[in-house]
Amino acid sequence: MSEVKNILLVGVGGQGVLTASEILSEALMLEGFDVKKAEVHGMSQRGGSVNSHLRYGEKVFSPLIEEGEADMIFSFELVEAMRFSKYLKEGGFIVCSNEKIVPNSVYFSNIKYPKDPASALKEAFGKHFYLIDAVQIAEELGNIRFANVVLLGTVSHLMKISDKSMKEAIRNMVPSKTVDGNLKAFQRGKELAG
Amino acid sequence: MKVLMSGNEAIARGAYECGVTFAAAYPGTPSTEITEEFSKYEGVYAEWSPNEKVALEVAIGAALAGANALAVMKHVGVNVAADPLFTVSYTGTNGGLVVISADDPSLHSSQNEQDNRNYARFAKIPMLEPSDSGEAKDFIKLAFRLSREFDTPVFLRSTTRLSHSKSVVELQEVNRSEEVLEIRHHPQKYVMVPANARVRRVAVEERMKKLSAFAETFPENRIEMKDPSVGIIAAGMAYSYAREAFPEYSFLKLGMVHPLPAGLIREFAGKVDKLYVVEELDPFIEDQIRALGIPVTGKEVFPYTNEFDPGIVEESITGKKQDLKPLPPVKIPPRPPNLCPGCPHRGLFYVLGKTKTFVAGDIGCYTLGVQPPLSAMDSTIAMGASIGVNIGLEKALGLDFSRQSVAVIGDSTFMHSGVTGLMDAVYNKGSNTILILDNRITAMTGRQENPGTGHTLMGEETREVDLEALARAIGVEHVRKVDSYDLEALKEAIKEEMARPEVSVVITYNPCMLIRRMKFDIKKFKVNEDKCINCGLCLKVGCPAVVKNEDETKSHIVESLCTGCSVCAQVCPKDAIELV
Repeated sequence: MSEVKNILLVGVGGQGVLTASEILSEALMLEGFDVKKAEVHGMSQRGGSVNSHLRYGEKVFSPLIEEGEADMIFSFELVEAMRFSKYLKEGGFIVCSNEKIVPNSVYFSNIKYPKDPASALKEAFGKHFYLIDAVQIAEELGNIRFANVVLLGTVSHLMKISDKSMKEAIRNMVPSKTVDGNLKAFQRGKELAG
Repeated sequence: MKVLMSGNEAIARGAYECGVTFAAAYPGTPSTEITEEFSKYEGVYAEWSPNEKVALEVAIGAALAGANALAVMKHVGVNVAADPLFTVSYTGTNGGLVVISADDPSLHSSQNEQDNRNYARFAKIPMLEPSDSGEAKDFIKLAFRLSREFDTPVFLRSTTRLSHSKSVVELQEVNRSEEVLEIRHHPQKYVMVPANARVRRVAVEERMKKLSAFAETFPENRIEMKDPSVGIIAAGMAYSYAREAFPEYSFLKLGMVHPLPAGLIREFAGKVDKLYVVEELDPFIEDQIRALGIPVTGKEVFPYTNEFDPGIVEESITGKKQDLKPLPPVKIPPRPPNLCPGCPHRGLFYVLGKTKTFVAGDIGCYTLGVQPPLSAMDSTIAMGASIGVNIGLEKALGLDFSRQSVAVIGDSTFMHSGVTGLMDAVYNKGSNTILILDNRITAMTGRQENPGTGHTLMGEETREVDLEALARAIGVEHVRKVDSYDLEALKEAIKEEMARPEVSVVITYNPCMLIRRMKFDIKKFKVNEDKCINCGLCLKVGCPAVVKNEDETKSHIVESLCTGCSVCAQVCPKDAIELV
């Protein structure tokens, strides 16, 4: 099943990881792909590390991505990108929001939040690591909630998902008042993918 | 029309499409959304029952009247419902009765990892197991057909990865078979006194024989022949993983995991050179194949614990480890789940941790009180168990123990199965201190209504259980309510009640912050850096909103996360945490 593509979305509970995954899956279904996505709810969701596995292709059986198999890691937080980087396939991309959320655990253990996670990731993954100032761009566009759609723009462009399907999915999934703003955010993110 | 649906949404949709009108459940991850989604369809009745046993009994009643009824629960919920379950297997169902067991391999959100396929065999009830959302929608329909045709309750087993994975589903028209609803008097079949039950006992064995014969030709048990050098028998998610890992091998895909089709298994085994069973958790299918005298490879190569993925299946069969790049040599700080910012339980666990109280805990968001830095829970066994465990500890260790211990239980969990424990405490002359954490909702599973909230699943207003009056009616003389955000009041109440040589109940109140956020204006706090001495006490309340500043010289509050609960401000010795 070489044609199956894998996107792993990671972040912190409350950041909108699951909603972004919904939009991507919807777009991929509109593209005509078989789509499977997996995540967990309940206790694991309370402010902890959150992930969503998304796989698409002609026919997909397993919803789970294995280590070393992700074509794309789409991260909402720097340390989460590091935590899940072992899932990246050789030649795969990491798109990461330039955001740090320090977990309370660092104050009570000797494992500290890494000093400069962005540089560490840049060093390890070079041109395959895209650091996006999504929050800043969203603020420029007037609504911090657009940040995730900026990232979606970059991710979908790198994964060659058509604009038409992405825009339709965004229209379907975001509050109607925010459609225009979200589409602008999507465009900005796309341009960042180069 | 094609849509993306989770396994849970697909089960609800399938039930609706085939004319199911009735569902009863107690929320439990990963099963909760089935009943929630079902309740949104037109013309159906759905309820949150106080616990799974009541849910199943309610569904049994509806089925006896001729309805198609669903009872929905997580794997451990089936333990609670097991008593009526084993006997409804004897009585049969008249209408349709399907019990959904949502298992949780890898314990993503559970206290154990039991494999509920064992219940199917134990209670002599057929069990179907779908492997994606499309099958989930089809299989729930088949389950109801089987239930009516064989006059038996039927299990549909899901697992976390089925319930919470989305895949493409084709929606179909609603095809409502007319239910014949009426009162039926048939005591020989429905009154399970020994004389009647002995007769039904024989009927159960006859039904299992017929179901075994049915399983041989059931189209969802199917052989997919390709390369005959290896044959794999699998069901549910394990089938999806194995197909992904070995698309070239031959498969016997089982849609029904109990009873097993012995003839079909023999036929498949005869066609392949080497036979594997791929199944998560117990060797349920494997043991039965061995009993047939068929050589098979299973748990000697596959793990007993945790969920699989295609990589695990591949490594187990080939014996070759994947060659992965080593990680960059950086330690990544863990990010475990945590009580939400502003959670009304945080202050209580802070106080309990400070006073070194022994805490018999229970199941809900508040079980997270065990996490550092709060570290204030000493036992958690099962829904409602905190009170019983606390009673036993006191009986064994004496009054001195009860002077330094409490049982902690949430409102919904108390009504689920804590109330009987409270009766035991009073009846058997205990001196336990029981804290009921009333946050006005069943929170951990995603905010469901319960008998204490004043609303039903169908969105109607209803009476609320008065916890204080209930405790008094049971015979507790000392019942008091305490504001869960007032640390001093909490400390004082707990100290006084633990010292009392009688049973007392302390109800800590304040709604779940996730509801509060929607209903009230939220205040915000900030750190006055001139006053902050960087002592770190505020970090010990374990709130995600309380961090250190960039150079770690002062505390800092993340404004977007702060809900203004004031717990950190109350612990600050310098009054450095102020309202914005």
